[in-house]
Amino acid sequence: MEPVIAAVDLKKTYGSFTAVDSIEFSVFPGEVFGFLGPNGAGKTTTMKMIMCASPKTSGSLTVFGRDVDRNPREIKAMIGVVPQETNLDTEFTTHDNLLVYSRYFGIPKKMAEERILELLDFVQLAEKKDVNIEKLSGGMKRRLLLARALVNQPKLLILDEPTIGLDPQARHLIWEKLKLLSSQGNTIVLTTHYLEEAERLCDRLVIMDNGKILVEGKPADLVRENLGSGIVEAESSPDVIACLEGMGIVYEVTGDTVQVVTDNPRDVAARLLSGCNAKRVLARVSTLEDVFLKLTGRGLKE
Amino acid sequence: MNYSLLSVPSVSRNVWTVWLRNADVFRKTWKVNLIPPFIEPFLYLLALGFGLGGFVGEIGGTSYIVFIAPAIVAISIMNSAFFECTYGSYVRMYYGKTFDAIIATPVSLEEVIAGELLWGSTKSVIYTTLMFPVLILFGVLSLPSSFLLIPFSFLGGLLFACIAMCFTSVTPSIDALNYPSFLFITPMLLFSGTFFPLSVLPAGLQVFANVILPLTPVVNICRGMTFATFPSVLVFNLVWILVVTALLYVVSINLMKRRLII
Repeated sequence: MEPVIAAVDLKKTYGSFTAVDSIEFSVFPGEVFGFLGPNGAGKTTTMKMIMCASPKTSGSLTVFGRDVDRNPREIKAMIGVVPQETNLDTEFTTHDNLLVYSRYFGIPKKMAEERILELLDFVQLAEKKDVNIEKLSGGMKRRLLLARALVNQPKLLILDEPTIGLDPQARHLIWEKLKLLSSQGNTIVLTTHYLEEAERLCDRLVIMDNGKILVEGKPADLVRENLGSGIVEAESSPDVIACLEGMGIVYEVTGDTVQVVTDNPRDVAARLLSGCNAKRVLARVSTLEDVFLKLTGRGLKE
Repeated sequence: MNYSLLSVPSVSRNVWTVWLRNADVFRKTWKVNLIPPFIEPFLYLLALGFGLGGFVGEIGGTSYIVFIAPAIVAISIMNSAFFECTYGSYVRMYYGKTFDAIIATPVSLEEVIAGELLWGSTKSVIYTTLMFPVLILFGVLSLPSSFLLIPFSFLGGLLFACIAMCFTSVTPSIDALNYPSFLFITPMLLFSGTFFPLSVLPAGLQVFANVILPLTPVVNICRGMTFATFPSVLVFNLVWILVVTALLYVVSINLMKRRLII
């Protein structure tokens, strides 16, 4: 199958700083593909190269088989972009924002008008059609950005932190829409640092840090390959630690918590409770967040 | 990436979609936009034409108010395009992220900037047109030659739009745009043959005003139109405007690419 996006040895440097360091990935038709990583990992820079907004330094990058340097106009006509920052036209109504944007794609007015009504319905903003966008909530603005990215009926949708700063209700609504779009066969690429979001939405994802791709795979596989199936946590008291060492169990201390990665969380939890006299024990399945923290470290990324 | 400052930008019809976007915003806010061009010439003509003009008497056989009327048009051409493509464009670029939104579509950055420049010049045309009734009311225009001011405003506006965009492309912040406004625009407003003939200045300054200051040729041509007299120096003035505008159109777009495509 022809990939929608193919990057080989893709690199982006700003002076002596390497933002994206020789990465390689392919996104296939119909996939939801995620880029995860802490701040400054190179996710947004990668998105900008895909959407032809920022030229690559070296390597090759094709979108729909077209070179990003040579055919930006054709590529941009086929993609829809939801940017990280809300850059709607504040002077216009919801409807006019979409109409003005349709003109950039050369969509005839009559066709655009029909499409706008469908899209406003789709993102549940039909009754806000003639409202100035300054009166919309944060969640509504993100939904309008999603609708705007769909005016040209894109074959590929690129979302940079689609639910950043939204309340849970608004996030779930966006997720629902993205799942619907995905089920209709759209290819979606998104960046996020919400692990839950990636786990719910992505068929496949990469975790990036310092401009490099650390791992690539299906969320469940990544968890299984990089960690055991379960994690047990307890308070990091000297007693508990001494006891774990006595039993020869490998553990990790983070703050006031001690973590044990294991394929048998029930058993470890039972031993901690009965043998070690631990007061607070939590056994749970490992998540993508555990993988993320394991791979990118617990240090603050700024 | 390195761009030559003189590489000729490739632009398509898409430019008009950018122009139309700004025109739509202007229409939405027309109530605040339409008042200044009425008030401004009124104040100048009243204060300088009647007030100061009473002391000045005549300049080269024309009354003072008739002498300054074309300068008021030229200053408005300069101001409307210059401020649109400095503060206006900067706000759209930096605060509104409007350029980012547009270049995610088939429209290119060159076309966005060209659209901004054309919109800046269009504002000069709009404001000149709106000043017309006031100027006619004061009886300071020769007709019909003065109607040439309207198409000429587009060219004069484009000149100042391109100059403005060069400043916008290098300004570190919106506040730094005060420098060209006060150190470039304000002196020009005073020393370009606007409120007194350049012939009263020392010879060196005269040459400076005639060859360097972009407002001088614009004032001269406006004055030719409102006086209905066309001395041969206007050919030099027109060629000067055409050459500088063409050059800065290319340079300003490349400077903006250098700033934004990183």
